[in-house]
Amino acid sequence: MKAPERYYDFQKDISGCGVFGVINTKRELIPGSMPIQAMCTMHDRGNGLGGGFAAYGIYPDHADKYAFHLMSETQDGLDKAEELIKQFFVIHESQPIPTKPTPVIKNPPIVWRFFLSPKQGTDRPMWRMNDEKDYVVNVIMHINKKTPAFVFSSGKNMGAFKGVGFPEDIAEFFRLDEYKAYIWTGHNRFPTNTPGWWGGAHPFTLLDWSIVHNGEISSYGINRRYLCEHDYECTLMTDTEVVAYELDMLVRKHGLSLRMASWVFAPPFWDEIDRMPEEQRKAFEAMRMVYGSALLNGPFAILVSDGNCLMGLNDRIKLRPLVIAERGANVFMSSEESSIRDVCRELDTVWAPKAGEPVIVKLEA
Amino acid sequence: MLLDADNVYYRELNKQIRALVAKGETEFEIINVRGQRYIADGLDGDIKFLIRGVPGQDMAAFMRGPSIRVEGNAQDGVANTMDEGLVVVNGMAGDVVGYAMRGGKVLIRGDVGYRVGIHMKAYKEKFPVLVIGGKAGDFLGEYMAGGAIILLGMFSGKSGDVPICGRSLGTGMHGGVIYVRGEVPVEQLGPHLKTEPVDAEDMALIRANLELFCKEFGVDLESVLAEPFQRVKPFSHRPYGNLYVAC
Repeated sequence: MKAPERYYDFQKDISGCGVFGVINTKRELIPGSMPIQAMCTMHDRGNGLGGGFAAYGIYPDHADKYAFHLMSETQDGLDKAEELIKQFFVIHESQPIPTKPTPVIKNPPIVWRFFLSPKQGTDRPMWRMNDEKDYVVNVIMHINKKTPAFVFSSGKNMGAFKGVGFPEDIAEFFRLDEYKAYIWTGHNRFPTNTPGWWGGAHPFTLLDWSIVHNGEISSYGINRRYLCEHDYECTLMTDTEVVAYELDMLVRKHGLSLRMASWVFAPPFWDEIDRMPEEQRKAFEAMRMVYGSALLNGPFAILVSDGNCLMGLNDRIKLRPLVIAERGANVFMSSEESSIRDVCRELDTVWAPKAGEPVIVKLEA
Repeated sequence: MLLDADNVYYRELNKQIRALVAKGETEFEIINVRGQRYIADGLDGDIKFLIRGVPGQDMAAFMRGPSIRVEGNAQDGVANTMDEGLVVVNGMAGDVVGYAMRGGKVLIRGDVGYRVGIHMKAYKEKFPVLVIGGKAGDFLGEYMAGGAIILLGMFSGKSGDVPICGRSLGTGMHGGVIYVRGEVPVEQLGPHLKTEPVDAEDMALIRANLELFCKEFGVDLESVLAEPFQRVKPFSHRPYGNLYVAC
């Protein structure tokens, strides 16, 4: 077969996803305009098929309630989800997520938010043994599986906002310049293996966890089956979903620290383990055996938050870029230094973290 | 010619540069650069660029002749398949610097990322050289086929206990040479590779390139040469020659 005429002149999108995050360790609020502008600088890392942000500290008046963000193609789907929510939660407030018509955002779903407290006791017998957070996770999995609506954010005093479009357009649609937060993450998507649809945009969240990801989780199949054995069901058709659920399982359920969870995601190579002192070697061998199915294979640069910290982590051979920078109480993590410089010209330090080693920045106590 | 890249989209900036080059402009100072991709890509001839800020991906890709000095850090893909010319980065650089570079010189003052200098190649008078003042990540010089990488480990932002280079140094290299100032931890070397002391011919090449490095960054040459250098060379011209041979 002959190549098309002048094929070398074709316009081609050359991209990978882009991620940006910022945390103010003193909980001073950062306006949405900052992460939006940073994502604009990395416009060309995405292709308009997904953009999104997570923001912490945005609902101080409802800080003790679970803030559920739902999306549904139809009112009927949303109604079905609301029925379930009413059954399992006390609804304190129910309202559309504020949006504004944005010409480039075509056919958005209905987006709705609820502020909720759980109604344990009237639920299914098998859920009664669970603590409150397990209960909330169970209901989310139930809604996402049984109704046409999706819960895409469920933490306290935080929210995810995402959809199909460039991040700056999604930000305009959700009026994110009107929010202030002490931790922000942003994502610009260039979908490779899975459809660019509203639910599949980043961030992925569960309870207070949120994650944005540049790369591809090649181990998605194994991770997904492993999670399924632990009652986490993937419904959003994007590989990154497994990271949110694995974090919840490893850290909240199994009590691992974020540092240890990072070793599960990106463990040392066997030859490195072989060179460790015996006690350490045994610990890592055990960890790789117990959590082999939770290992994330493939290229990734991820930004994770639980509301108390911001963590950046690369795969162990650094197949995606990640840059960290500090300025005063602000710590930035991004795919490109230029996006950080665009929102903060002077930086105290800039460095690229080592592959597989997390950078964890906590809020001051 | 002074160009202000503040909030200028990369296509617009590169269009401006190309139009000016076509008119005969040979000296550029570009200020407020923040992430614009593809600067000076594929440009021919004797053109000078001074870039202030952080240039974006693939700066100097396919470049054939111009010289660029960056006052700031560079991102990923600097000098991708560069053919001739000089790139000087007075800061650090990201991943895949000098990928498949075919000629010219790249001097980075500080640290570089992962997969730097992979697939570098040489042919006849074309001999690419990459000098790194700081430390390097994994896979430095992987699949290298020609040219030279000089790694100093002196001007690094990393702490003292971080090795001068990452894992898999020179894995699969079948041409060219990597010079390292000081020692390389043996576990960081690619399979079957070993370090050996440099000879007089190596030192002549190292000295010539470090003279340029020291001049560009105002560093004392003798202090750089005070430590002995080691070299890593391929153990075979065709390391994978028998990979698919039945045996």
